[in-house]
Amino acid sequence: MSQRVVEQVKKQFPGAVLESHSQHGDDTIVVDPSKWAEIAQFLKENPKTSMEMLTDLTAVDYPEREPRFEVVAHLYSLSKGHRLRMKARVGDSDGKHAEIPSVEPLWGSANWMERECYDMFGVIFKGHPDLRRILMYPEFEGHPLRKDYPANRTQPLIEYRDVPNIEKLPPFGTDEGMSFGRQTHQFMNDEE
Amino acid sequence: MGELKGTETRIIEPSEQGFATTRFQDLLHWAQKYSLFMYPFVTACCGMEFMAVTSPRYDVSRFGAEAPRFSPRQADLLWVVGTISQRQAPILRRIWEQMAEPKWVMAFGTCASCGGFYDNYTTVPGLDKIIPCDVYIPGCPPRPEAVLDGLLLLQDKIARGDRTPAIVKPRTDPATSQDHGLVQLRKNRESMV
Repeated sequence: MSQRVVEQVKKQFPGAVLESHSQHGDDTIVVDPSKWAEIAQFLKENPKTSMEMLTDLTAVDYPEREPRFEVVAHLYSLSKGHRLRMKARVGDSDGKHAEIPSVEPLWGSANWMERECYDMFGVIFKGHPDLRRILMYPEFEGHPLRKDYPANRTQPLIEYRDVPNIEKLPPFGTDEGMSFGRQTHQFMNDEE
Repeated sequence: MGELKGTETRIIEPSEQGFATTRFQDLLHWAQKYSLFMYPFVTACCGMEFMAVTSPRYDVSRFGAEAPRFSPRQADLLWVVGTISQRQAPILRRIWEQMAEPKWVMAFGTCASCGGFYDNYTTVPGLDKIIPCDVYIPGCPPRPEAVLDGLLLLQDKIARGDRTPAIVKPRTDPATSQDHGLVQLRKNRESMV
């Protein structure tokens, strides 16, 4: 159904669509990150596509890939009833230079979603009016949903109480509790 | 009534006249345990069970703990209901500091007690890392019966004048115990019939 949308984008931006596929009717295009905002504007304003709604915008961390992050936007056309998933790959393997143009001027809903994406992954949305952390506190260091963020690293805002035997009060020691929550990935060991 | 634990416990009949003796501290603790003004610090889904406990079906007011005060300065009992994130930890600490002595803290549910399954960067692994806690109520969320049991534990603790961190002391079974006030009251009614 929305395969025609993919064709439209390919025709309008030759060379900017790096790849496209359709899995169970979900059409996906992977685009050049420098053309991210222009393609989004075309998809929103062209009457044949008319993607009025930005359903979701997030990112995925593939630490073994280069570029490392995949920014994912889900678009939906309220008037036409079709959907499109748009991806762009950004970022060096060390997590730097993860920059992509903001689509906040097109969809207001992108404001908080881009802030969340920045907070969790450290993707910089250029042109965003107020790119601050939204879930974590300003004092927080690092981006917790990056795969190289240590699974057991916490950054308490206030010091924990200094009472004897507090480790024996819940939550238990590091060897107790849910081990799967603290699993370490192979690539993290390699760095050490 | 039987709550006034002394060397001897006996129910004063309505027809009787006289006086009872007890220690002042016991009387004070007896009054405190039935006049808990609560501050609900409700952050998560446990709040639904908290509403069930406070609403008429389970009715926490039977235990003298029904009056919520949304200023910590007027509250005795801090209910920490739900997950405490690292971002909320300073707020919780400050509310606890604003409460006047004597004050008690209940950890309602697994998340407040130990962080629950949130073993990650964002959740405080148990409120006792921040403030001292008197009673932990397990459950995800705990059933209202469990909450009332926790409240009774706290009342036992208050009656003992115990201010140590949460360690559950052995309790007597009210159904078999001979010196429990409620049981005596029932026996007394039966004997009257």
